[in-house]
Amino acid sequence: MRIMIGKIEFAKIGDWFDRRLQLAAPIREAAEHPVPRNTASWFYVFGSAALTVFLIQLVTGILLALIYVPSAGEAWSSLQALNHQVALGWFIRAMHGWGSNFMVAIVLIHMAQVFLFGAHKFPRELTWIIGVFLLLMTLGMAFSGQVLRFDQDAYWGLGIGASIASRVPIIGPAAVKLMLGGPIIAGATLSRFFALHVFVIPGMLIAFVALHVLMVLKLGINEWPMPGRIVKRATYEAQYHALTREDGAPFVPYAVWKDMFFAAFIILAVAACAFYFGPFGPTGQPDPTIIQTAPKPDYFFLWLYALLSLLPPSLETPFLLIGPVLAIIGLILLPFLSGEGEKSWKRRPIAVITVLMIAITLGTFTRMAQFTPWSPHMNAWSGDPVPDRYIHGSTALERQGALVFQVKQCRNCHSIGNTGGQRGPALDSVAVRLTQDQLIRQVIQGGGNMPAYGNNLSPAETTALVAFLETLHPAKQSPARDGARDLVLSESKPNSASQP
Amino acid sequence: MTNKPVIAPSSEGTLSRRGFFMKLGILFNGFAAMVLAVPVVGFLLSSVARGRANGYLSWVPLGRVDQFPEGETRLATFRNPNVMPTDGKTVDTACWVRHVAGEKFQVFAINCAHLGCPVRWFPQSGLFMCPCHGGAYYRDGARASGPPERGLFEYPYKVENGLVTIQAGELPTPGAAIASLTGEKPPCAS
Repeated sequence: MRIMIGKIEFAKIGDWFDRRLQLAAPIREAAEHPVPRNTASWFYVFGSAALTVFLIQLVTGILLALIYVPSAGEAWSSLQALNHQVALGWFIRAMHGWGSNFMVAIVLIHMAQVFLFGAHKFPRELTWIIGVFLLLMTLGMAFSGQVLRFDQDAYWGLGIGASIASRVPIIGPAAVKLMLGGPIIAGATLSRFFALHVFVIPGMLIAFVALHVLMVLKLGINEWPMPGRIVKRATYEAQYHALTREDGAPFVPYAVWKDMFFAAFIILAVAACAFYFGPFGPTGQPDPTIIQTAPKPDYFFLWLYALLSLLPPSLETPFLLIGPVLAIIGLILLPFLSGEGEKSWKRRPIAVITVLMIAITLGTFTRMAQFTPWSPHMNAWSGDPVPDRYIHGSTALERQGALVFQVKQCRNCHSIGNTGGQRGPALDSVAVRLTQDQLIRQVIQGGGNMPAYGNNLSPAETTALVAFLETLHPAKQSPARDGARDLVLSESKPNSASQP
Repeated sequence: MTNKPVIAPSSEGTLSRRGFFMKLGILFNGFAAMVLAVPVVGFLLSSVARGRANGYLSWVPLGRVDQFPEGETRLATFRNPNVMPTDGKTVDTACWVRHVAGEKFQVFAINCAHLGCPVRWFPQSGLFMCPCHGGAYYRDGARASGPPERGLFEYPYKVENGLVTIQAGELPTPGAAIASLTGEKPPCAS
């Protein structure tokens, strides 16, 4: 009886509001609009998943703002307080950090799925273009969020951003000062990235997400692509409406339950990662006088970090400045260049190969950036001793050379016995590759990617070092020899232990 | 309620009183927007405007000459000349001071000429090495290997009353004025 009264009362209150708001009818219409039956698929859940993660970010972001202080002098310690002093502050930080990783990943997956299902084609070109801007904003949020975690990585990451911006012709220096809010990375820099991360980009994101979803409602969800069903501007809309009429079902509840399941799954996945792995950083204090640091970007920009290490120097600036512009123009033009035709990935091999190529490239670069083979190991020379077996039974000169090898920090870039830097080649069998003369030349003059050590080694040190390097060859393989040299000097080389 | 439209149609080419006032209203708002735009844009670009004509640069002492032994390269720190109350530790900057001989110095920016990471000096191998993308420089700051396209940035310096003083105040970046100002030229020891 009491429940009945409650229901009636609720209905009355509902009516009272709806008489004034008049939202019930349009909401019901949107919820129950017919969608093609075969779109109720697990492939179609990534858009709503991206929205779900965005909502997680909104909520956790507001919670973090309750404690966080956007001041270059205080930000780092306010993050420490969140991690260690505020109850569950660590968890909210971890949710926000993992949420950002998930958001970038899900937006990319959503984009790939939409592209492979031909959903960017007529009449959904604008939905795609707004989606491209949503991707850019997501990346903008990721970068600015990394700056707000105002630690060493954030500080030097800003330096990298400024160095890239400075390379823009003519306006470069001005762009740097605009980006930093002054001549150096300091308080004003953090404040403006706070404004971007908390007001500007989220505001634009909310507006663009609303437009994006509105267009999905107005134009209808992309039907499941059938090989051979060709999109034509003249006939597509009539065909689509016929499809939803004949083989359609109301979005709620026919298709929405999969979105709801996946949304809950994503929320739990973010929470599980947050709980298990904890928050990201902050790493060391943002004190530029602490230079013993190897800054690294967050996960989603690792591929760029790798690319910046591996591109030839002369290609770097054009690539950095022109590459992104071309990529964005390409993505925006895509629905106009292929607005009609086949939607099914089964009939679009180039589309499939393109997605695979991009995924493999990004994946490879990301993987490489996790162990940075291009960076010298700054402490290999003092940390990793020359393995015993390399100096076992060696002459005094060769041992002296091993010492030079260690002291002159060759290990920072060259590994022997599988420890040391990977910047240069491993030297375990260098004597097989280079003759004595070539070794001397390489050490003194450098070349390839190696600095010249001529100014930094005495002749005696060079002689000893090369004598040691000449012992570095597999036991059953003789070192490289210059035959002509032997002939000219008509004597065998001094180091001919493995020669008969 | 009448059926007369509130805004008179202008298709006949004549301007109605209401139409005129609406256009005037748009014009008036455009004027207000322009008046507001001047301070807004001025505020937004203030950091750029002040940087013109090297407005951020000034001479900063690093230490006495005898703090930097001849023939060695030492780390020095200085406080950026422009300090805001919320800057925290970010205004303290490091640089490498190479005392060549007598009053001849080289003061290198800590920032790699590639993308600005902090380079470290290794006296044993006589190289500056960058931890980020693998740039390396010789003891005189010249490029040795890796992705940088040029040598380390150098601050202009002078020795006055036994103090090594540098002209600093801007983050050195590959495209910024201070870099092109002092990159290739010899230091302006006055």
